[in-house]
Amino acid sequence: MLSNEEVRAKVLDIIADIALDDDVTAIKDEVALREQLDLDSMDFLDIVMELKKRHKIEVPQEDYTKLASMKSCVEYLAPKFNS
Amino acid sequence: MSGLAAGIRLSMYNQKVLIVEKHTITGGLNSYYARGKRKFDVGLHALTNFVSPNDRGKPFNKLMKQLRIPLADFKLTPQNYSLIQFPDQTLKFTNEIEFLTEEIREKFPSQIDGFINLLNHIKNFNETDLTNETVMAKDVVRNFITDKSLVEMIFCPLLIYGSAWENDMDFSQFVIMFKSIFLEGFGRPEGGVRTIIDLLLKRLGEVGGEIRFKAEVTRLITKEGKISAVELNGGEIIECDNVLSSMGLPETMNVLDRETAYTPRTGALSFTESILITDKKPRDLGVDATIIFYNNRPEYLYQKPQTLFDSESAVVCFPNNFKYDSFKDDYEEGVLRVTNIANYDLWNQELMISKENYKAKKEMVFQQSQSILRACGLQDGYTVGFKDIFTPTTIKRYTGHFGGTVYGSIDKSRNGTTPVQGLYICGTDQGFLGIVGSMLSGISMANLHVLQGSSS
Repeated sequence: MLSNEEVRAKVLDIIADIALDDDVTAIKDEVALREQLDLDSMDFLDIVMELKKRHKIEVPQEDYTKLASMKSCVEYLAPKFNS
Repeated sequence: MSGLAAGIRLSMYNQKVLIVEKHTITGGLNSYYARGKRKFDVGLHALTNFVSPNDRGKPFNKLMKQLRIPLADFKLTPQNYSLIQFPDQTLKFTNEIEFLTEEIREKFPSQIDGFINLLNHIKNFNETDLTNETVMAKDVVRNFITDKSLVEMIFCPLLIYGSAWENDMDFSQFVIMFKSIFLEGFGRPEGGVRTIIDLLLKRLGEVGGEIRFKAEVTRLITKEGKISAVELNGGEIIECDNVLSSMGLPETMNVLDRETAYTPRTGALSFTESILITDKKPRDLGVDATIIFYNNRPEYLYQKPQTLFDSESAVVCFPNNFKYDSFKDDYEEGVLRVTNIANYDLWNQELMISKENYKAKKEMVFQQSQSILRACGLQDGYTVGFKDIFTPTTIKRYTGHFGGTVYGSIDKSRNGTTPVQGLYICGTDQGFLGIVGSMLSGISMANLHVLQGSSS
């Protein structure tokens, strides 16, 4: 069973690899990732693809909006990591 | 190049990828070849969309981020400056749009407000939205610029560096070209086009993608309206779920195993190019511009000429003249490239008559290129140590593009779809232009049709 903190760390690992030039240590969980990092829709697709590749987690297209902020990522992904 | 980019993206996410390449070198329209000890770039005069590695959010940076190729590996050098040279006026531009804006303020004072408004319109336009409708660009631009001659001058580089249509282009494509050439600008990777190809091939290998050379697709096999396999020259059949084709739209439909009502048209435009290797470098012969868009008529005729080639307009590229540190370029000799719009049918007729005849006509292109170089300010007094001239029939032979087109069909498939499920178009005929556009095309089509499809 992964804690929310551990889920957050795994998501952060992925984001760090995609937003290569950004400082990901200062991400505010409540604020949309797009407002803090240099990410566009192509990069969000990469987050989805990396979740599938690294953790076998599927995010259907209609749920992409759930990845908007770190907080919503953890809320949405924690049950998927733990199922 | 679009195929390589697509192949990398798909391999990154565990798709089984096979790239089949007709030739022994990849790159298609942008490739290279060797004659003697010299290596020549084909296609690429300059890389558009110039960015420095810390220029975040620009298209080229974004693309390399998607492919996970560090931008610094390209070792890009910006252009010195380029000229749009018309009979009565010359405009100079650099990679800083402010420079061109000032040129227009000085030379076309009545047009400056319109030009600034046009710039704002372009900056706010989303040219890569796949649902954009086709609108002719000159109609849009004339709302901002009323001086006919300035409209022609602005269109000249954008048309010849990317339009499959004669004399005009779709506004989305105009914006792609405008941003990539005037707002971002020209650069050259160290080593030229082969550096780009090598980096893409290396990345493809790292992510486990496979590539086969001298493997030409001779048939696309369908089953119940869906793609099921490709057949290669030699008869081998490879089964697959999806095909992304960078062959061109008419060329792709031509190898389909069944007739469809969908018959994309072949474009009218092709080119000749003379490459001159000289003992002196252009800088020593009075020219330090990187590219000169030369036009000797009041109007710029970007159309199929009624002669073998149009000697009244040309693009002249001086690869020695990028802004290298202390002007030290990676060529030992001077390299002069002169590109003219040409007529494929007439060249093909010459070739049919005889090889000698064709060669003699190529010599004419070479002679004319020297006059054009003179008109562009190059002093005499150099010796041509080596020359190579390619024609529309050369392009046809090496790229397989019908009519020797470089910018493909006048029908584009903006969302990449075809009447066949699982068969998608990437590259020029998807509609994103230039080297950066072609890579963007490959990535977008791979994302849209294969990766997003598989993740939902």
